[in-house]
Amino acid sequence: MKAPERDTGWIMRRVTRRALFLGGLQVVVAGTLAWRMRNMQVDQADQFRLLADENRINIRLIPPERGVIHDRNGTPLAVNEQNYRIVIVREDAGDVEAVLERLGQLVALDERTVARTLEDVYSNPPFVPITVADRLSWQDISRVAANAPALPGVTHESALSRLYPLGPDFAHVIGYVGPVSEADLTRLTAPDPVLQIPDFQIGRIGVERHCEDTLRGSAGSRRVEVNAVGRVMRELDRREGAAGGDIALTIDADLQSFTQARMGPESAATVAMDVRSGEILACASSPSFDPNLFVRGISSSDFAALNDSVLRPLSNKTVQGTYPPGSCFKMVTALAALEAGEIDDEERVFCPGHRDISGRRFHCWRRGGHGRVNLVSALSESCDIYFYELAERVGIDRINAMAARFGYGERFDLPLSSVAGGLNPSREWKRANRGEAWQVGDTINASIGQGFVLASPLQLAVMTARLASGRKIVPRLLKARDGTGLEPVAAEAMGLSRRWLRKVQEGMDEASNHQRGTAHGVRIVRDEMRMAGKTGTSQVRSITPEERASGVISTEDLPWERRNHALFVGYGPSEAPRVAVATIVEHGGSGAQAAAPITRDVLLHALHGGMPPLDAYPQAQRNRIETQMDDLARMIGMRRRSAGG
Amino acid sequence: MTYLEYSVKRVPSGVAKILYLDWGLVVLLGAVASIGFLMLYSIAGGSVHPWAEPQMMRFAVGLVMMFTVAMVPIWFWRNMAALAYALSILLLIAVDVFGVVGMGARRWIDLGFFRLQPSELAKITTVMALAAYYDWLALRRTSHPLWVLVALVIVIAPAALVLRQPDLGTAMLLVLGGGAVMFLAGVHWIYFAVVIAAGAGIVAAVLSSRGTEWQLLADYQYRRIDSFLDPTIDPLGTGYHINQSMIALGSGGWSGRGFMEGTQSRLNFLPEKHTDFIFTTLAEEFGFLGGVSLLGLYILICAFCIIAALKHLDRFAMLLTLGVTVTFFLYFATNMAMVMGLAPVVGVPLPLVSYGGSAMLVLMLGFGFVQSANIHRPRGR
Repeated sequence: MKAPERDTGWIMRRVTRRALFLGGLQVVVAGTLAWRMRNMQVDQADQFRLLADENRINIRLIPPERGVIHDRNGTPLAVNEQNYRIVIVREDAGDVEAVLERLGQLVALDERTVARTLEDVYSNPPFVPITVADRLSWQDISRVAANAPALPGVTHESALSRLYPLGPDFAHVIGYVGPVSEADLTRLTAPDPVLQIPDFQIGRIGVERHCEDTLRGSAGSRRVEVNAVGRVMRELDRREGAAGGDIALTIDADLQSFTQARMGPESAATVAMDVRSGEILACASSPSFDPNLFVRGISSSDFAALNDSVLRPLSNKTVQGTYPPGSCFKMVTALAALEAGEIDDEERVFCPGHRDISGRRFHCWRRGGHGRVNLVSALSESCDIYFYELAERVGIDRINAMAARFGYGERFDLPLSSVAGGLNPSREWKRANRGEAWQVGDTINASIGQGFVLASPLQLAVMTARLASGRKIVPRLLKARDGTGLEPVAAEAMGLSRRWLRKVQEGMDEASNHQRGTAHGVRIVRDEMRMAGKTGTSQVRSITPEERASGVISTEDLPWERRNHALFVGYGPSEAPRVAVATIVEHGGSGAQAAAPITRDVLLHALHGGMPPLDAYPQAQRNRIETQMDDLARMIGMRRRSAGG
Repeated sequence: MTYLEYSVKRVPSGVAKILYLDWGLVVLLGAVASIGFLMLYSIAGGSVHPWAEPQMMRFAVGLVMMFTVAMVPIWFWRNMAALAYALSILLLIAVDVFGVVGMGARRWIDLGFFRLQPSELAKITTVMALAAYYDWLALRRTSHPLWVLVALVIVIAPAALVLRQPDLGTAMLLVLGGGAVMFLAGVHWIYFAVVIAAGAGIVAAVLSSRGTEWQLLADYQYRRIDSFLDPTIDPLGTGYHINQSMIALGSGGWSGRGFMEGTQSRLNFLPEKHTDFIFTTLAEEFGFLGGVSLLGLYILICAFCIIAALKHLDRFAMLLTLGVTVTFFLYFATNMAMVMGLAPVVGVPLPLVSYGGSAMLVLMLGFGFVQSANIHRPRGR
């Protein structure tokens, strides 16, 4: 055995020492690691747990079901329809192009759709469903479902979308829904989170917009666990939202459809109103448009066609359009004078066909004059000179005050878009807006509803209802909101003398029922539906002396946009009024010929509760009316079928 | 020590060698590897595919290799040290020439059946070469500058090749492992003081060189340093790994979220969750208790090896055992420090747990040497 080297023992001891030192160092490092672990996992565990949850938990909103809109009898006007769409998931589909090609043999897919789909498919993570086709019929969906094995990754989804079963008949009243715009979000200080849902739609105009709060409901939410790339792994919990509340309108869908059809292609507006409660029974503006187009996203060419038409189909003329009321204003002038005691119902005024006032000659619409007229005959024959006389006696201030009591210049609070206040002119108004003093001639013009006076068809209907009832009727459009009925407040009396009101009503009754009345041609011969009314023909521009000298120009000779507006206000039954109707036909020519027949038929429909009965018309007209009503009935039926299907 | 002494004292031979295996160490290695299987099973969503099963196969291969190596006398391995070292240097050069590029670096050689990472092999062969070198070197020359320089060359050569890949983490681990062996061999402490001082100087130089013409590291390496210093700078970019890893670890809490219940790993928020970041999954699912248990097992393995080393009278056996221990320690300490945000993100696997072949086989080889040294230790009658 060889002796160990001299210093081996010492060296070995040193190695041992160093090994132990290194071992000690390892223990220190391990201790540091353990301490760090304790710090993170025990002291800060809650904080890290929170971060982990933030990582993995997403909150997804569930859109609420929008409230349904009904008419007064429960006919649905705005509903939510199941809408099917086809989606494709790349990772399940494999060869997306091939699958799309096979899909194209089952449902119609144009090249643009395919190109857009492919772009979306490849720009999103592979698990994101991409919509291929939208608004498919159930037949399409069943064809796709039957061929599912050949179409990997293709599934269908259903969502609710807004449908207006009566289409154009309610376009202006109900309006339509549309997507939320950036402007909507910035306008609101605290936007409802539901607005952030992609494709969420809110009311854009009409009742849809103004009752948005009731209709929208509140969003539900579900918490889902997502992985690092955003794929939903499972649902953690779900909180159901509240569906929107339903709305019932005072409108009668049948009457509305009839009114819309009755106005035909004219640029016209008609409002029918319950005389006792102020409930609006029909509120139709013509021509109309299909609101469903807007829900689906209207094409720019379709929109341009609607927007550029001279007939202004997008405008709701019933509340938005204001027109000189013409002779329909005469009742107001009459009552102002009667109440002021400037005239009584007996006094007769001579009408030679014109009248010179402060150096200017004002004409009656009848060149030859009406002879001696009193209140009732002046209204029934619509003598202008009589009212010029009253205007001179009573002055603009009292006419203005009386007009205000009948709703002129008042902006009624209805859930409709762009409700206009019209114009009830006064001295102050002219000074403030025109910078001129009020002239006598202005009063003369105002007395027959010309000049500055402007009113919407709704305001004319309100005036008629107030004349018929003697009460301060306020228009109402909502019958029930979110299941609770809205009871009408009893309208207060106008405070007019019964006697004078009766006389004015008598004048209106004779206008359509007296032999010499301006609207005798549109009288209703059944007593329980007898109509009282007033024609109005308002000038769009003043007639120049040269034109007057050259003789009467017939309406047909004038270009459309220069023809007179035709107006008619009426109510019935004359003895116990129930319904008031106001009609305006833009550039329709004469009130008696263009507007009065519409008012008469709408009134008859409202009073009868269905298509106007033939025996309500004078014997001589029945053949013509029968054909007309048959056409209308066919048209309404056709429209309903196409919109509802 | 000489061969004569081996013959005087008794060295186990034949089948009896099996009795002298350090069975405690085998059990500890098996326990750690089993934790790895469990985690790989959990990460795969409760399946042995695609990770747990191949990992078990590798561990089995590793065990066989360890036993085989253990049965061969330790002096044979000492004679092979120079050859093994030369081979790994050649492989490192080869990887530079034919290597497979992955994750922005050239690290693997594709052998067809196996993707070998020569830098892992170099960790053991360097330690082995150093141990053999100091066994050969006369004791009194240990601290002589010339002979220290030789040792330094042995360490720096593979480290420089690894740095070229580029793989800063492994290079530093190589230097640290080699340095530890030199320290244990008895090189004078003044050298280490100088090196530490120089290291501090280099760090300062590297940091101050950023953005200048003589920039010393690649931009991505600087970004990793930044994200190490403040992981929240860029939570979706370079800081993403470490942020998500810390969230996973911290959210584990005291006892964890339960086996296969870790949301961070199951929902893929964790990157590299089956390889370098596997510890975070363990910490998330089994919490502080789980993490500390694994740490305890690692420390126990180190302790077993150190105790065995202290019994050695043979210089090669002792230095090799300690060198393997230090290398093993550096693996898990660096990995854990990395996922806890205490060290920059470097590509170092968690030994025996992370999915991957090279590190596991190399470590089992190392433990084979440890076992061989233990078996062939001369014992008195």
